[in-house]
Amino acid sequence: MPSAVCGGLAGSELRHRRGRGGPQAARAAVPEEAAEAAAQNPKRPAPGSRPSEAACRWVLLALVTLLAFATRFHRLDQPPHVCWDETHFGKMGSYYINRTFFFDVHPPLGKMLIGLAGYLSGYDGTFMFQKPGDRYEHHNYMGMRGFCAFLGSLLIPFAYLTVLELSKSLPAALLSAALLTFDTGCLTLSQYILLDPILMFFIMAAMLSMVKYNSCADRPFSAPWWFWLSLTGINLAGAIGVKFVGLFIILHVGWNTVSDLWRLFGDLSLSLVTVGKHLTACILCLIVLPLALYTAIYAVHFAVLNHSGPGDGFFSSAFQARLSGNTLHNASVPEYLAFGSVITVKNLRMAIGYLHSHRHLYPEGIGARQQQVTTYLHKDYNNLWIIKKQNTDSDPLDPSFPVEFVQHGDIIRLEHKETSRNLHSHYHEAPLTRKHYQVTGYGINGTGDSNDFWRIEVINRKFGNRIKVLRSRIRFIHLVTGCVLGSSGKALPKWGWEQLEVTCSPYLKETLSSIWNVEDHINPKLPNISLDVLQPSFPEILLESHMVMIRGNNGLKPKDNEFTSKPWHWPINYQGLRFSGVNDTDFRVYLLGNPVVWWLNLLSIALYLLSGSIIAVAVQRGVHLPAEVEGLSQVLLQGGGQLFLGWALHYFPFFLMGRVLYFHHYFPAMLFSSMLTGILWDTLLRLCACGLAASSLASGVHMGGVLSLLLGTAYSFYLFHPLAYGMVGPLAQDPRSPMAGLRWLESWDF
Amino acid sequence: MVGFLQRPIVVTADVNLNVVALTAAGLLSRLWRLAYPRAVVFDEVYYGQYLSFYMKRVFFLDGSGPPFGHMLLALGGYLGGFDGNFLWNRIGAEYSSNVPVWSLRLLPALAGALSVPMAYQILWELRFSHCAAMGAALLMLIENALVTQARLMLLESLLIFFNLLAVLSYLKFSNAQHRPFSPGWWLWLTLTGVACSCAVGIKYMGVFTYLLVLAVATVHTWQLVGDRALSHVCVLGHVVARAVALLVIPAATYLLFFYVHLTLLCRSGPHDQIMSSAFQASLEGGLARITQGQPLEVAFGSQVTLKSASGKPVPCWLHSHPSTYPLSYEDGRGSSHQQQVTCYPFKDVNNWWIVKDPGRHQLEVSSPPRPVRHGDVVQLVHGMTSRRLNTHDVAAPLNPHAQEVSCYIDYNISMPAQSLWRLNIVNRESDAEIWKTILSEVRLVHLNTSAVLKLSGAHLPDWGFRQLEVVGEKLSRGSHESTVWTVEEHRYGRSQEQKERELELHSPTHADISRNLSFMARFSELQWRMLTVRSDDSEHKYSSTPLDWVTLDTSIAYWLHPRTSAQIHLLGNVVIWASAGLATALYALLFCWYLLRRRRHVCELPEDSWLRWVLAGALCAGGWAVNYLPFFLMEKTLFLYHYLPALTFQILLLPVVLQHISEHLCRSQLHRSLFGALVVAWYSAACYVFHVLRPLTYGDTSLSPSDLQALRWKESWDILIRKH
Repeated sequence: MPSAVCGGLAGSELRHRRGRGGPQAARAAVPEEAAEAAAQNPKRPAPGSRPSEAACRWVLLALVTLLAFATRFHRLDQPPHVCWDETHFGKMGSYYINRTFFFDVHPPLGKMLIGLAGYLSGYDGTFMFQKPGDRYEHHNYMGMRGFCAFLGSLLIPFAYLTVLELSKSLPAALLSAALLTFDTGCLTLSQYILLDPILMFFIMAAMLSMVKYNSCADRPFSAPWWFWLSLTGINLAGAIGVKFVGLFIILHVGWNTVSDLWRLFGDLSLSLVTVGKHLTACILCLIVLPLALYTAIYAVHFAVLNHSGPGDGFFSSAFQARLSGNTLHNASVPEYLAFGSVITVKNLRMAIGYLHSHRHLYPEGIGARQQQVTTYLHKDYNNLWIIKKQNTDSDPLDPSFPVEFVQHGDIIRLEHKETSRNLHSHYHEAPLTRKHYQVTGYGINGTGDSNDFWRIEVINRKFGNRIKVLRSRIRFIHLVTGCVLGSSGKALPKWGWEQLEVTCSPYLKETLSSIWNVEDHINPKLPNISLDVLQPSFPEILLESHMVMIRGNNGLKPKDNEFTSKPWHWPINYQGLRFSGVNDTDFRVYLLGNPVVWWLNLLSIALYLLSGSIIAVAVQRGVHLPAEVEGLSQVLLQGGGQLFLGWALHYFPFFLMGRVLYFHHYFPAMLFSSMLTGILWDTLLRLCACGLAASSLASGVHMGGVLSLLLGTAYSFYLFHPLAYGMVGPLAQDPRSPMAGLRWLESWDF
Repeated sequence: MVGFLQRPIVVTADVNLNVVALTAAGLLSRLWRLAYPRAVVFDEVYYGQYLSFYMKRVFFLDGSGPPFGHMLLALGGYLGGFDGNFLWNRIGAEYSSNVPVWSLRLLPALAGALSVPMAYQILWELRFSHCAAMGAALLMLIENALVTQARLMLLESLLIFFNLLAVLSYLKFSNAQHRPFSPGWWLWLTLTGVACSCAVGIKYMGVFTYLLVLAVATVHTWQLVGDRALSHVCVLGHVVARAVALLVIPAATYLLFFYVHLTLLCRSGPHDQIMSSAFQASLEGGLARITQGQPLEVAFGSQVTLKSASGKPVPCWLHSHPSTYPLSYEDGRGSSHQQQVTCYPFKDVNNWWIVKDPGRHQLEVSSPPRPVRHGDVVQLVHGMTSRRLNTHDVAAPLNPHAQEVSCYIDYNISMPAQSLWRLNIVNRESDAEIWKTILSEVRLVHLNTSAVLKLSGAHLPDWGFRQLEVVGEKLSRGSHESTVWTVEEHRYGRSQEQKERELELHSPTHADISRNLSFMARFSELQWRMLTVRSDDSEHKYSSTPLDWVTLDTSIAYWLHPRTSAQIHLLGNVVIWASAGLATALYALLFCWYLLRRRRHVCELPEDSWLRWVLAGALCAGGWAVNYLPFFLMEKTLFLYHYLPALTFQILLLPVVLQHISEHLCRSQLHRSLFGALVVAWYSAACYVFHVLRPLTYGDTSLSPSDLQALRWKESWDILIRKH
């Protein structure tokens, strides 16, 4: 299948060689010189030249693809145990097969595809994926790994085609492909059940289709034009559907599209209607289509996961009622709240959770040293509260008393079931939101003081004065201070187990964070009635799950004293990630870029900036360049510029992120930087060759340079391949280890 | 020679009376009753403590910003003859008579007052009319928030002053392009650089304006590079001159601030602990007094205290005491039951260790002393208990993946002593470097297990007296700070007997040599600590979010009179605030509209007025954006006053937009007159609002509760109303 797709690409590419800004444009202006240049560089594809040129391109593409697949599928089954994050994503794939609902901070497409691959390859979803190192035994894991490796292999032909399109130079394309093939990091990352190969696949596919679309610019609204434009949109949806990092490629494509439209808009030969058509097409294919697909992914996600599972508590009561097996699914509970009921109280704002308390006190110096009250997203016994009348100590469940329903405006006490402390507030600052009052658990066995009294209020009394489970929206007003119970949504520090802060706010504004509903309701004296819970509409579910994901992502803060990876570590290949194995008897896999490739990339970025600015200044000063140099510098500025932009967009935003970062976050940027390296060295060598008069020597310099780079990377891969394919034996600190001489940086611990 | 006899010397002065009048008005509004209230107002309590440190020349570390701002405030104190004796502990505390309140507040007030005529100048240099320029200055004059902020001992008005100065001098410079390399050209160019670095030196936030000016300068330079009428040499000269003035000079000035700062603060103080031992030793008193005259080179037999380089969670010293690890921990794991080794944040006699040569029995220094070098194997003997530092394959109490570190007790079970450590000097220059007191950063690598001695940062439970856990890290990654130790106190051990040695350990160290750290080393350490010191990010009662600022949905109560209800409140002039926001939006809309039209070659604006419009937008709207938008990404506690620099730029944009409307969008003279009338009416409204809010700005009149209630125009304004 890949070769068929690629065939289509290359074929269409042949037909429109007069892409804007390419070296051909420059050459067309000075035909004689162009012919001469083509004669000087026999390897350079000239417009509509020999068919052998095209054949050569095909053969190389097939070769590159073959090599990519060979390296990626070699020893794919090793090690036969769970490695690193496979424990998460393999597990989530199994959830799809078992159709149980879960929560993850990433959008669902990647895990859905993993699940699908597993399903198709006969994996039954029964493996637990509990922790790294668990053996797979008889479970069929190769389908999922194979799928990831397949997508990971495709990155290389994609890079080949992208660079070919941007530079029109075979050696550049070959060099980029070789850099990626022989990078141990890319290889390792492609061999396991992870989201990264899928993400990188979509990013590269989007990049490729965008570049192809650009080269169709001279024939707008033709079939290939539409094809590549919509394919770009589809791949964008795929990228953001796997991880939110896909946003960067969207920005990249967005920037490209905007500048393209701006160019068209400035072209006075085009009527406004034509520009409008372009605009509409872009909006349709790059905004509407991806949005629709992205929504469709979620539609499938929610349709597939219809069983209750570990992610329920993160979502609202109404959401949970959709899941079969959840207590709220076709629930039958007492309908109206009565005194003595045991309840859980859930905040209406998304991703806040249940009112919670536990046997831990607020630490010294933070308000009164009383029991903590928080909100908690998981279902737990500590979420249960008993609703009691203000002053009666008698047991309301005593059968001799009549059932008394709670009414709007009643004064109540909420007693925590597990610890028998009352929900309490007083004039102390809340731990994080200093403008609010602290909320604590107070009293012994339900006897506290007057600060335990709350007035219960129903908002929009649709159901009369009584309080209907799940449906009534209620507020708790503190009687003494007049403040209203709410959650600020801020995570408490370690002492509060990173649960969310609960406060009593003196500002009585009606915000969702101070409105609650009753979710579970247990009262043996009342008959259980089957409840039709309000089914949330699809947009509501979509919005809610995004809120929960954003909150989850924000929650991934690095802990104190934890050794974290910093973005500046990444391009210098400072430190890898241990995928599997610690001791010298284990089968060890270590995610680390091939240092030769990575340091070459780093050098190339610096060189690119240098040569790019020299050329830019020269152009700005109006220096007259020979046509050949002019064409090469156009490739460098435009093709290289695209790739440099891609690298920068996939790298620099990480400096602004507060969440925990890992080494593998750099890999999308690394793809772009490898492609840039390919174009840069090819162009620089050609420029060198231009400077030399003798044509045989010139082509010799160019070919020699490219070949030595290719062989150098291949040799370094031979040296470093044990990192990816696995090592056994003494650690590299040990001089007896075969890797001992290769530990070039002290921070590498393989 | 005698030319003046033939022709008289004539001095013609061009005095723009507008500017004079504006300056006078600015001074009046900012300096009027400046010494009132004679009490600590809001953040004066924060800056005041640093001011006192300057007066007493005591070293401090403030992570909130570079030292130039603090120094300017201190200059006020110095001019007023302040001796630094005031306890800055509470907002609202009355100043004692030795505090020169007026001169402390003078510099910020002057900066605030001068911002008014500068607004005029900027608009004028942007080539807008006198009328627009007057408008900008008059708006600055009656903006309540700017007045409040400038009248107190706070940094924002200084920051705004230097921001405006940078923009103004850049404009003057770029308007002097017809006479390049003339003295005026150089003056304004250099002043731009200096003003930028002053702004950065007051608050890191100044960097945004600096970047904006740099960006504009880059665009202009790029156009210059494209000017083919100029020779290559000339272009090179232009580029180099700008690079020197806008990159090198600011960097040098910034370093100068730190140089002055470190020169002034030469005494040790409360923040010493955060700094490295070497830094502390460079201050008078404190550690320097202890370490003064210690032997430099650690030798076999030396008695040392080892300080952890990480300082997280607290700075501490390697410590041991006679208690042992409990037989089993709460979670059921067992320990070696050997003597505890911890890290202890206080000076203690139990922090002393003796460096011993494993091959010899002696614990005193031989003569001549045999220095310890990188790569040597040593044993560390605890001074008071004479037990050796040991680690073995037993899980550490709180971090089970790491090894326990103990002082070895021979229980005569099959657990041999493993007390050999290889010395690894991290910051050596060659392999044979000698271990030096204070200067050397060392790692101790265990010989048998290659574990590294590390401060884990966790607090031990009660059995470990809540001291910090020390572990042997098997899988050490690079040289993390927590695995690095430095020798702080050091002396050559002289006594062989244990009793004598204990006496020796209790006695203070002596002898004589002093040690100096280079300025750059001190600068880089101080700057790094300032950037990384973590302030507690808990929320403040008056903190707000950037979204609240545009709509003025927040306020800050600065001060309340102890008896009456007179109070100072940071509140903006609502009319200016709202219209500035509108003007920015309008500018953005118009700009996009013109841009699109020009792209289709429809140019309704003449070229020069378009360029003027773009430059004004780049500096004013751009200034607003760069000073405002980054706050959305910041995680620190934010206050309304953070918005004031952005607001200043927005105010400058307001007359730009108004003049543009009147010139280009009003089609007839009638429209223009009507529009003029509207503007006058609007300005009167702004004046009225200023007048109404004046009591809260100056805090000089006591208002009745009902008056205050009436002033509470927004629910979210926390105006303080006394309940009687």
